[in-house]
Parts: sequence; structure tokens; C-alpha cells
Amino acid sequence: MPLSRSDVERVSLLARLQLGEEELDRLTEQLSQIVQYVEQLSELDTEGVEPMAHTLDLQDVVRPDERRPGLSREEALANAPRHDDECYRVPAVLGD
Amino acid sequence: MPHGMMTSATGFRRYSEIERATHPQGVDMDLEQTSATDLLSELGSGNCSSVELTEACLQQVARHDDTIGAFLQVETESALARAASIDQQRAAGDPLGPLAGLPVAVKDILCRRGVPTTCGSRMLENYLPPYNATVIERLENAGAVIIGRTNMDEFAMGSSTENSAYQLTRNPWDPERIPGGSSGGSAACLAASMVPLSIGTDTGGSIRQPAALCGVVGVKPSYGRVSRYGLIAYASSLDQVGPLARTVEDAALLLEVIAGHDPRDSTSAPNEVPRYSTTVREPLEGLRIGLVKEHFGEGLDNEIASAIEQAVRVYESLGASVHDISMPHAGYGVATYYIIAPCEASSNLARYDGVHYGYRTDTEAMLKELQAERQLLSTQEDEGNLDSPLVRMYRRSRAEGLGAEVKRRIMLGTYALSEGYYDAYYLKALKVRRLIRGDYDAAFKQVDVLAGPVTSSPAFRCGEKTDDPLSMYLEDLYTVTANLAGVAGISLPCGFTSSGLPIGLQLQSAPFQEERLLRAAAMYQAETDWHTRRPPWHDIRRI
Repeated sequence: MPLSRSDVERVSLLARLQLGEEELDRLTEQLSQIVQYVEQLSELDTEGVEPMAHTLDLQDVVRPDERRPGLSREEALANAPRHDDECYRVPAVLGD
Repeated sequence: MPHGMMTSATGFRRYSEIERATHPQGVDMDLEQTSATDLLSELGSGNCSSVELTEACLQQVARHDDTIGAFLQVETESALARAASIDQQRAAGDPLGPLAGLPVAVKDILCRRGVPTTCGSRMLENYLPPYNATVIERLENAGAVIIGRTNMDEFAMGSSTENSAYQLTRNPWDPERIPGGSSGGSAACLAASMVPLSIGTDTGGSIRQPAALCGVVGVKPSYGRVSRYGLIAYASSLDQVGPLARTVEDAALLLEVIAGHDPRDSTSAPNEVPRYSTTVREPLEGLRIGLVKEHFGEGLDNEIASAIEQAVRVYESLGASVHDISMPHAGYGVATYYIIAPCEASSNLARYDGVHYGYRTDTEAMLKELQAERQLLSTQEDEGNLDSPLVRMYRRSRAEGLGAEVKRRIMLGTYALSEGYYDAYYLKALKVRRLIRGDYDAAFKQVDVLAGPVTSSPAFRCGEKTDDPLSMYLEDLYTVTANLAGVAGISLPCGFTSSGLPIGLQLQSAPFQEERLLRAAAMYQAETDWHTRRPPWHDIRRI
């Protein structure tokens, strides 16, 4: 299989997902199957082909650098799971 | 004359008559057979009011949505209030927008200020957007009456609407079957005559495939044609908002309203918007149609193949010329898509961190869990591998708030973008994407539109593919290349299988050639009556 269980565990940390034992097993199998399928692209010679990140010819679209109203602090905090009316609250980052 | 071409008035009107007999309180309005365009003239001439029309739609929802499950939320009060205000404006002689008084259903993926917008996910169950999507603003300015939010695969990831965190949506043609996805609710509510118009989004086929499986019309506009501002992102270089309707004319009407440049979306194109709703009625002289030979190979259902052949014959009878086209990279579309889309998704969905908005895990329980793990590990002197409380909060919130398919794609994208794999997967896929676009560019030098199937098989049974992600991904075989290349596509009804399931015809045009695409589609629809067929309601069992 192209992916080992420890690959999947490593990726789950990068992706900030906590996965149970069963989920890890299932994903190891399913992701391996999908990766095997997408590896068919390696059959194609893409030497010298320019990568295409998006399909429009637009480049460097900017707006005038002017002050505009945005969300108020109240609006920005309104959907937060925890806040103290000034800041978003999160579990301790340093120490306990 | 191929079977299904218009020979006489259809026999299908009787179903609505049965409905009216069964529901004598129903208003006298044939929702099943009156197009949005005709409803607009009814409203304009005073034959019905927006309140009456909205009530009729709400009644149809009340009758059938327990079975179908198209709506996540029906907004009865706000819709009726909005309809009443449009009626007042009309009575006062105020200027009215092009959709004034018409009920529209919207996929639950477009932000509306202060109205729940869940994207089919537990993660956003309590989310109230602080602003409106541009498409919502345009609908409101046009006078549309938004009557509810339609069900969808979570974060638009799926081809059956089974990945919704909330409910199943059933295909009105056979409630044992899926309506397609991810815009399954928006297609099903049209097929069930609950609304005349709806909005969907299409990242790899999510408008065209459910439209095909439900027997309605769905347009994926060119990338950049419709603003993505306020559209909850899945794969930003592929996502596009588009109209669903029961006729091509209606789809043209709705596209004209939502299309156009938006300074708030830097990938929105500054191209002018043609008057689709007017030009759609003009047939194209000397239409050149291309058949992609790679689309008619192994795996295509025989009945679908023959329905497409019949449709091509209709075009020939109208004077179109038919050309064989080869798109040598078409077969690599699904592999390319299932690298690029998950990569973009893994980045886009990193925003769901349990901090700024959306679901957060129970922090107390999380800290206890961490404490227990630390005690266990301290005996093994391996504490260095333990998550910090913040990282564990992220991981648990995302694990609990997101569904299996969303996690699968985030994992796939994170893997493909991780150190050592970027060149082999993501960069390689971007290069193949260029080759696929090259196939289209070459094709559109020879023909005006490409014609072919939307799906390889008709609607499948609920649960049939849920344990096999790859077979679900292969549903997108004929649709993903349009998104990868940024071209426009439409699905329109072109027949039924022997078991009575709808078949869709896909047409595709070069970027920003929607006008030609819609005119070509309308030519076919003027010659056929597939789009007037309605599900046999009297047979629908309550499930």
C-alpha cells in the first residue's frame, strides 16, 4: 500500500484531525486506494508543461488602497465559541 | 422522429389534476407545468400575486418534503413577508427587478446575513454569517423571494447528498434513489415542483449531475462568470455558483441575474453579461457540435448512450453539423481533480479551528483526556509526542465537527501537499490540468459546443456507494474536466431509462460562451418534451 498507518497518523497531526484507531485503519486503506488511482497521472509526459493553478488570465487584481468599513469587533466575535468581548479565548498555549 | 419529440400535448398534466382533487384547498396554479418565465408574466398581468405563488410553493413543500427532504429549512414567514412587500411594490407601480415575486430555493452554502448557513455540516450548525454573499444580494435586488435553504453534501463534497450531516434527500423520480449531489436539494425541489428556480454550486459536477439525475436543467457557468464572494469555499479555483431550473429559458433568466463582475471577488471576470434571457430564444445557424469519443467508451450505460445519440440526431435534424473530437486527456480528469480539489480543500478548511466561528469540542473533557494521556506516557518517558492543549482542541473540534468524507479529502489534500509529495501529486496535477485545458482549446477551434453524457449511469440507490469512495468519485468522470478547464456546461433532460429514471444531456462551451451554450440547449428543448415530464406523484410511497 502506498500509505502506511504511521503516514496517516503523521498526516492527521498536520491536518489537525484527531482520528480513532478504526478511522486510522479505514483511512489507511481508503487513501491508499485513492492514491493508487491518482498515480495514473505519472503515465503522462508533462516535461515543459506550465502548471495551471487557475483558469483565468487575470493577474494581480488589486483594489484602491482606501479605508473601508469592515466588521465591528462585536460582529467578528459574535460566532466565536468563546470570547471575552475583546478577544477570542483559547486553551492555554504556554504551560498549563 | 425520435421517441420523446413533441407530437402532442403530454399526458402528464393529469398528475397535477389528481393532486388538486386530493387537495381541494390548493390554489389554482399549475406549479408543475408553468415555467418561471411564464409565472413572471402571470405575476406581471395580475393573474396571481407573489403571496399566492409563494403559498402554492410552500404547500407543495408541505405535501412532499417529508418524503423528499430537499429543504434544510423552509422560511415560511420571511418568504411570505417578502412576497407581500413585492406585491405592494407592484401595486404602487414601483420599478421591479427581473425576478420580482418569484420563489427561489438556495443551496445552504451561500452566506446570508443573520440567517443560519450550515454548508450541510455540524461544524457550522450555529453559524450566523455577518454578511450576504453577492449572489444573495443580486437575488434580493432582482426581487426574488428566497423560500429556504436546500440540502447538500457537507461542504459540497459528494455526488449523492448522502454526506449531509442533517438528512437524506430522495430522488422524486424514485425515493429509494439519491438525487445526485452535491446540490441534491436544489435539484430535487425543482423536480418535485416545489419552486420554479434554485441556486446550486458546481466544483466537479455538483449542479450538472443532480440536474441530470432529477430530470431538470442545471448550468455550471465559466469560472469567473459568477461572484464567489460569500460562497463557503471548497476548492476555490474550481467552485462556481449556477442556476437550476426546469427549462433552459428559466436557467438563462436566473444566470443573467447572478452573473457579472464583483470587485469583492478578485477571480470574478470583468466581462460583460449578455442578455441571456432574451437571446436564448434565438436558434443558432450552422451550429457545430462535437462528440468527444473518449466519453462514449466502456462504462457508459447503454440507455444513456442511446439517449445521447438520439439527442444528437435532433440537432442534425435542425441543421447542426456533428464532428468527432478527441480529448486525449479527458480520462485523467478524475485523477487530476481528486488531487487538486482535496489540496485546495485542505487549505480552505483549515479555517475551521474551533476558535473564530463554528463548532468547538468540550474543552473540559479535552483537558481531562490530555491529563490521562500524560500520566500514561510519563511512565514511558515519551511525553514529547503529546499534543499541546491548543492543538488537541483543534484536532478534537475538527474530528467531531466534520464528517467522514470531508475528513477524507482534508487528509488526502494534506498528504498530497506534504513535504516530499508536492511535486509528485499537486504540481503534476496542475500540469495535467493545463493539458486538459489544451484539449478543450483545440476542440473549440473546431466546434461550438461539445455534446455528451453527464453521468455514466442513472441515479443509484441510497447507500449503494457510501462505503466505496473511489466509485463515488468516478461519478464525476464526464463533469470534472469542465471545472478543471474553467469552461461552461449545462445539463438538460434528454430521456428516461426503461425503469423511468431521468437522463441528462451535457453541452459544454468555451469559457464565457454561455450565450451560445444556452441557445444551443434551448434549440433542443424546443423540439422535445422531456423537460415537461414530472415524477408520478401518485406512486410515491411515504417512506
